[in-house]
Amino acid sequence: MNHPRQLPNSLTPYQSVELPFRTPLLSRTGWSFFMLALIAVCAVAPLLNLWLPQDSPYHMSTYAVALLGKIMCYAICALAMDLIWGYTGILSLGHGLFFAIGGYAMGMYLMRQIGLDGNYKSTLPDFMVFLDWKVLPWHWTFSDSFIATLFLIVLVPALVAFVFGYFAFRSRIKGVYFSIITQALTFAAMLLFFRNETGFGGNNGFTDFKRILDLPIATPNMRMTLFVLTGLTLLGFFLFARWLVQSKFGRVLQAIRDAESRVMFSGYNPLGYKLTIWVISAVMCGVAGALYVPQVGIINPGEMSPANSIEIAIWAAVGGRATLIGPIVGAFLVNGAKSWLTVAYPEFWLYFLGTLFIAVTLFLPNGVVGLIKKWRGTK
Amino acid sequence: MLFYLVEHMLQTHSSTFMHKDSSIFRSESSLLVRILFAAILFWCVEAVHALTADQVKGMAIGDTEARVQALAKAAAMPDEKTAAFIQALADDAVKTAGGQVLLVKDGKASDPVTGADVPLPADAEDVINNNLMRGELDKVLASLALFSKDEKRRRQAIKTLAGDNDESRLPLIEKAYAAETVPALKSQLEMLRAAIMLGSSDQSKRLQAAGLLATSGDPSTKTVLLERLKSETDAQVKAALQSSLRTVEATLARGDKIAAVFSGLSLGSILLLVALGLAITYGLMGVINMAHGELMMIGAYATYVVQGVFQKFLPGLFDWYLLAAVPVAFMAAALMGAALERGIIRFLYGRPLETLLATWGISLILQQLVRSIFGAQNVGVENPVWMSGGVQVLGNVSLPFNRLVIIGFAIAVLLGMAWLISRTRLGLFVRGVTQNRPIASCMGVNTARVDTYAFALGSGIAGLAGCALSQVGNVGPDLGQGYIVDSFMVVVLGGVGQLAGTVYAALGLGILNKFLEGWTGAVLAKIAVLVLIIIFIQKRPQGIFAMKGRSAEA
Repeated sequence: MNHPRQLPNSLTPYQSVELPFRTPLLSRTGWSFFMLALIAVCAVAPLLNLWLPQDSPYHMSTYAVALLGKIMCYAICALAMDLIWGYTGILSLGHGLFFAIGGYAMGMYLMRQIGLDGNYKSTLPDFMVFLDWKVLPWHWTFSDSFIATLFLIVLVPALVAFVFGYFAFRSRIKGVYFSIITQALTFAAMLLFFRNETGFGGNNGFTDFKRILDLPIATPNMRMTLFVLTGLTLLGFFLFARWLVQSKFGRVLQAIRDAESRVMFSGYNPLGYKLTIWVISAVMCGVAGALYVPQVGIINPGEMSPANSIEIAIWAAVGGRATLIGPIVGAFLVNGAKSWLTVAYPEFWLYFLGTLFIAVTLFLPNGVVGLIKKWRGTK
Repeated sequence: MLFYLVEHMLQTHSSTFMHKDSSIFRSESSLLVRILFAAILFWCVEAVHALTADQVKGMAIGDTEARVQALAKAAAMPDEKTAAFIQALADDAVKTAGGQVLLVKDGKASDPVTGADVPLPADAEDVINNNLMRGELDKVLASLALFSKDEKRRRQAIKTLAGDNDESRLPLIEKAYAAETVPALKSQLEMLRAAIMLGSSDQSKRLQAAGLLATSGDPSTKTVLLERLKSETDAQVKAALQSSLRTVEATLARGDKIAAVFSGLSLGSILLLVALGLAITYGLMGVINMAHGELMMIGAYATYVVQGVFQKFLPGLFDWYLLAAVPVAFMAAALMGAALERGIIRFLYGRPLETLLATWGISLILQQLVRSIFGAQNVGVENPVWMSGGVQVLGNVSLPFNRLVIIGFAIAVLLGMAWLISRTRLGLFVRGVTQNRPIASCMGVNTARVDTYAFALGSGIAGLAGCALSQVGNVGPDLGQGYIVDSFMVVVLGGVGQLAGTVYAALGLGILNKFLEGWTGAVLAKIAVLVLIIIFIQKRPQGIFAMKGRSAEA
């Protein structure tokens, strides 16, 4: 579905880059697939879930809606990871942090929406009553406004990413150093959020949500609304990412990935480019987190564990880096396998995931999508 | 956070150990009682008076306060029967029936005064000791134990008596002080005596006691002095108390500092052990091994297995299982490392990000493997006897032996590795291959094999670290996870390809972490250290000790 001459097939450095020329955002087949996905998300899924009776064989169960909604959030993360890793060559092991920040921003709003229905019948969230706090901490100031929450979801990850990225990229930390430091960053944040004093609910995080926008959160209709919203966000981000990587900006990113020194010698300063894509990627993750929390109904510091962040990388790698459809496919494949294996053979899930890491790096450098392309090419 | 957990666990571990110790003391005490009596008899010949029926009744019947008084009176100059009776009271082996007090042992009753057997009446009631009585009994027993021939029991007894300043015990303690031959215990007894004398009505005695207490480094002395200061009326004594208090406080502060440095060194030595392996695999070879923590875990589980083997087949040599565990842990991890290098990592040289992901996958598999074999729960690895306990340096500082041993072990491993890298043929090859692979190859070095050896060596050292960790922390499938971030930080901070840098970074991070911990708490200290490292890397991306080179790509 991609234009064959658009994207480099491999990540080999120093590959000659074709001159940019104006191309449509998606090819004809690309657009048809996109439209199909759009229809599936906006029309087919609601129809199957809400209008078909429960006993119909085509009925889409609540479990399936929840699972697919969750995986679509993950797919957004994988897409974000692809922009920074697949297209710019910077492996972040801290994207779980941005995901969690977005989730916490949304979670704070949802906690306030509980209102007086908590266990302690207080205007304060339950955990604060439990800690014997009398007033909301300062960082909860805007948490009762949905509009402010939307801004926070975008601005906080952006700010954190900007500050961290500015210092890291300015002192030209790259490669593995950068990866390890991002891992330390999310690890430190996890420790911080585990503490009760920070005002994020400690170990337990936020849960027991009741309402969103004053509407009950656990109804099938609300579930489906969130599902459609997530799907639209994913498709929207996909188009945005597509536009981004085809632009001149995107080409500079790929040049930085393949030969950063050459880019610098050609008169570009990579700092701005790296920083921009890093912040965009972080914001995408934050939005994914914000969509994720109302659907799964819980957010806790475990989301920031280094293991979660590194899993995002494997979704992108399995699907195929430097293709935009790859990470989305990868997120669906890996998480589909996860939800099946952890139920059917719980002890095999880590074996499977571990083997996946090794197999993909050893045998599938271009992921599943790369493999399919290769098969098509040889035919 | 993990360090915090380890510390915490250590504390609970040592406290359970203490508890165990005291329970041994209890159960043995009935056996040792005879030895004890001999000692008491020997020292108390001149003033022994026999146990009377009235005394017995006084101690066993009536309200607690009266009983405590009777107990104190009887304990001042006890004979063998009195001691046996007090012991029996503490062991709940005394019953009363109609005003008669009986010693009950194995269902048979005897008269505590005459020792003659008497039939046990059906309506005999247990003597109930409340906490006050029980505490008093413990103290009396401890003061009797001051005359034990066993040094350990005497030390224990002094510990039990510390903080209790009952003047009625003064004669016994003075006697014990005169008889004590071990200098450390003698000085402790002196402190005990001084603490009691502080409450004396004689002003000169109080002055003398205040002066004596200044030399104590024990935290409880501070409370004693503070308390006395509140009720003291004599100006001269007050001044003496205050100056003593200042001295004691200074000693305590010094002790705290020493303790912080020591725990920093201890943490640093563990970090050093963890980071030394990485210094080879990452520092020299440039392989990002996210499974390093899991290689440590393998070392720790190897120690556990060796312990099990010794328990089963060589229980007599159990105390020395650790000596066998060290090479086994090394070999187990080294073999695993060699297999990983041959099977996976060698195909990824020059692709660090891919190596990172693949080794992460390896770590997941190894964790699950251990879970499948040994279960998800932590397994118990015991300290050998010679590693438990510790040396008391100051009143409030004690250095646990296991930590001391690990510091020594880390130094030994460091020296061994430095020797291996700088003095042996293998070390020469490793250095040659890492500095210039093609030329080393031209000189006839089998570079592929050297890679395997080097990686196995780094992995083996990780195994050694795991073996050491098993002596101070939990051994479980997650053992390696908590150390991986720290150990990479050490290597990054120290600079790639540098042993000296690794050493300084490990010790520096350990001590910094512990000092911050005293100031901000464990978790915040950890976060502060991570933030400091991130800031530090801004200024010196190549670490403290950078390799000099001309590469444009840092």
